[in-house]
Amino acid sequence: MTRLPFTTIIGLEVHVQLKTATKLFCGCSTQFGSPPNTQVCPVCLGLPGALPVMNQNAIDLAVRAGLALNSEIPPLTKWDRKQYFYPDLPKGYQISQFDLPICDGGYVEIDDPANPGSVRRIQLTRAHLEEDAGKSMHDEAAGRSDSRIDLNRCGTPLLEIVSEPDMRSAEEALAYLTKLKELMIHLGVSDCEMQEGSLRVDVNINLHIDKAGEKIATRIVEVKNMNSFRSVAGAIAYEIERQYDEWEQTGQTFKDGKRTFGWDDNKEITYAQREKEESADYRYFPDPDLLPVRIPRERVEEIRASLGETPDEARTRLVSQYGIKQYDSDVIVSQGAAMIVFFETVAGASDARRASAWIQQDVMRESKERQLSIDAFPVSAEKLGELLGKVVAGELTNDRARDVFKHLMDHDESVTQAIKSLGIESVDGSELETLVQELLDANPKIVADVQGGNNKAVGALIGQARKKNPNASPQQVSEIALKLING
Amino acid sequence: MLHSAQQLLRLQADGEITAVEIAERAIAAIEASQPTHNSFTHVAAESALQAAAAVDARRAAGETLGPLAGVPVAVKDVLCATGMPATCSSNMLRNFVPPYDATVVEKLRAADAVIVGKTNMDEFAMGASTETSFFGVTRNPWDTQRTPGGSSGGAAAAVAAGTVPLSLGTDTGGSIRQPASFCGITGMKPTYGRVSRYGLIAFASSLDQVGPMAWSAADCALLMQTIAGFEPRDSTSLDRPVPDYMQALDSTDLSGVRIGVLRDALDVDGLDPEVRQVVLDSIDVFVGLGATIVDVELPHKEYGVPTYYVIAPSEASSNLSRFDGAHYGHRADPVKVDPELGPLVSMYCQSRSQGFGAEVKRRIMIGTYALSEGYADEYYNKALKVRRLIKGDYDNAFAQADLLLGPVAPTPAFELGDKIDDPVQMYLCDLFTVGANLAGIPAISLPGGFNAGGLPIGIQLQAPVLDEARLLSAAHAFQTVTDFHTKRPAS
Repeated sequence: MTRLPFTTIIGLEVHVQLKTATKLFCGCSTQFGSPPNTQVCPVCLGLPGALPVMNQNAIDLAVRAGLALNSEIPPLTKWDRKQYFYPDLPKGYQISQFDLPICDGGYVEIDDPANPGSVRRIQLTRAHLEEDAGKSMHDEAAGRSDSRIDLNRCGTPLLEIVSEPDMRSAEEALAYLTKLKELMIHLGVSDCEMQEGSLRVDVNINLHIDKAGEKIATRIVEVKNMNSFRSVAGAIAYEIERQYDEWEQTGQTFKDGKRTFGWDDNKEITYAQREKEESADYRYFPDPDLLPVRIPRERVEEIRASLGETPDEARTRLVSQYGIKQYDSDVIVSQGAAMIVFFETVAGASDARRASAWIQQDVMRESKERQLSIDAFPVSAEKLGELLGKVVAGELTNDRARDVFKHLMDHDESVTQAIKSLGIESVDGSELETLVQELLDANPKIVADVQGGNNKAVGALIGQARKKNPNASPQQVSEIALKLING
Repeated sequence: MLHSAQQLLRLQADGEITAVEIAERAIAAIEASQPTHNSFTHVAAESALQAAAAVDARRAAGETLGPLAGVPVAVKDVLCATGMPATCSSNMLRNFVPPYDATVVEKLRAADAVIVGKTNMDEFAMGASTETSFFGVTRNPWDTQRTPGGSSGGAAAAVAAGTVPLSLGTDTGGSIRQPASFCGITGMKPTYGRVSRYGLIAFASSLDQVGPMAWSAADCALLMQTIAGFEPRDSTSLDRPVPDYMQALDSTDLSGVRIGVLRDALDVDGLDPEVRQVVLDSIDVFVGLGATIVDVELPHKEYGVPTYYVIAPSEASSNLSRFDGAHYGHRADPVKVDPELGPLVSMYCQSRSQGFGAEVKRRIMIGTYALSEGYADEYYNKALKVRRLIKGDYDNAFAQADLLLGPVAPTPAFELGDKIDDPVQMYLCDLFTVGANLAGIPAISLPGGFNAGGLPIGIQLQAPVLDEARLLSAAHAFQTVTDFHTKRPAS
């Protein structure tokens, strides 16, 4: 049966974990991956009598994010309690923000996937701060159900960025998420490590079906807690089909209420989590343990002044200033502000194309394999710049440079020391001339080819020359050979 | 024991008595009074004797000692102290031993006080008679058929009976002042934020405040000096210097001090005529000390109790959510799984049903209702607005007067069982005290006289924010010319 035309309506709620060293309301570490319940204190455990104290750094990071998202930063914001019972929520309420969020409104601009070259503006409703809950692990092996609770994550600061229902396709949702993630990493607001849960997405979706000129809205579904872009795209695609079919079969519309769904990554389906008649009443009220937060205008302006260029501005600048390709610029900028600085340092000491190629191949591969951030990368931008500078000057071949790079990854040495350690020496010109002459004498066909006008024929000598002397550069070998043949 | 804290400090300094002897006597007195008064939920005999021995050793070594060295102090069981249970007199927390000290307890230890135990209270500080305690009622030392008041009933009775000279109470709607009045002692609720709430198990966070309870205003000043001050672990703590409260006692001349009297409060229905008379008599005493009397009004005072009984249960319903059986405290075992609810919710329901008593459940239900969607504007948000009006009333009153004088409670100590089945009657005990909590101002209750039956009757002084020094000074002046505070119940 053919379907009626419809529009997909998508709004996203994105939880970004702020990059603070300590939790939102206590001094416990936010380090990921520690043994369960080792990063806890009376405050984040919600023990009787413990009181929260706000982390100013989280406020600053939230303001930083808000300014980059074009939000208003109201002069006064406050904390509210959101009440519900869950074993990984130790106080029985979550400290969050209800009616006075730290960031009001704003927008994100994306490239319109349906209309390349034009820009779509996705409006934001708000962004508010809240504390994270713990983690429940359910083990139902061996016929007995056993639940364990890890409260290390309790009290970790989250910024929840809520969009208007402005997206119309999975492509737009992904473009928005990509943009948001890039911005948060670029600003140093969050690591956005999705596999560690430091960026999580809830999708709100329904369809507006056009039936004989009348618009019918299907029931809104909120798909909760996805931590990959693939899941987001999958959930949207699945919900579009499911909601149309459901409307055809039941005639239910948005008036029948909103529902909460989960996403099953293995089966690639959404499933109902909570029924509408149990719709939660969170009984929000101002947290009496925390004073309202005043954010002075001067502080907002200080943070605004520290934002620097946006990723979009950086992308354009790298292309125009360094002459690299748009694609290469995109890759570098998507790695965050520190990578832009790294690139510019390397490029300044060598050349931009070489710097870009090395960063995309060698640096990014090694940092991924070793799980190192660029700040902690063993080969500094200065060293890499010096190394590539030698390649540009013809002192080293690309291959030899790669050997030096690998050596530097594991040894804290200067470039000069590393070259020495590896026994690489620049080759004396006269020594090389003798070697090439010997090879030419042994290969009269090559001499004849070059004399016949085919200069490329000397290429065959390079391999042989380097077999005898690994430090001989191809460029040098070719030059000397041509000189000797042509006189 | 029959000594004030300041006498005990002097006797030790003079070598007349050791800290260990004082602690031994206090513990013996507590143990002797327990069967009748039941003022304590936990007696920390061993740790008290150790602390006292340490004080003696340090004194012998010539070390400088803290301002409360060797003085026994009882702590209300709503405050956390390591090594002792913090039960809030609830089945929910009957075995809960906190892994940390409340700030006020830390400060007591730093001042070399000897903590002798935890005092009985209404469950989670909800009540005006110490009858809702899971550990049984506390009896008033003046008449064991009567209540000591609440919720700091154990703390007040312990001081009145002479087992300890000092105790720490907490006051959310009058819980220090009303039992002080019923037990013939002096008790002060400080300005909200003057004393840290860190380690105070919250009942209603925006109203709770820790305060001193003692025989006299002078001893209250001594204890207050130790516990007051800014605390970075409590965001609502006030970052203001602590004045010298002891020095404030030096002048007993109240010339130039304007005392506002709430005349129409004295005509309220239900105010016992003997209580009224005690207040009127005290006016004369203050005039004799040089004070000027002015008439003042608090136009919204009749809304105090209803406002309080919306805000306090709302906050309580939230603060008590953490007691769910999942992490600590009472857990139903075995859980009878209700198939409609599932295992987890069944566990919550049964743990909370078994853990909390009737009054706590009542307030959780009231608070949950008042905060729920569709009702919050009608109740909770409206109560916040009235709270601002009440605060405004006090601002106006303090433009005309330096202190306000009035009753503490409408009656002297009532009989046990008298109001326990009538929550509204019980809530009216707070009529004269809730205003100070809603406005965040300090207030003190001090003995003002006795009724014909020999029961003590307190009077209340209230002061502007952070003016504890003036409260203590006026109360001390009153106590230099009266002897009500020196009277003890026949033991």
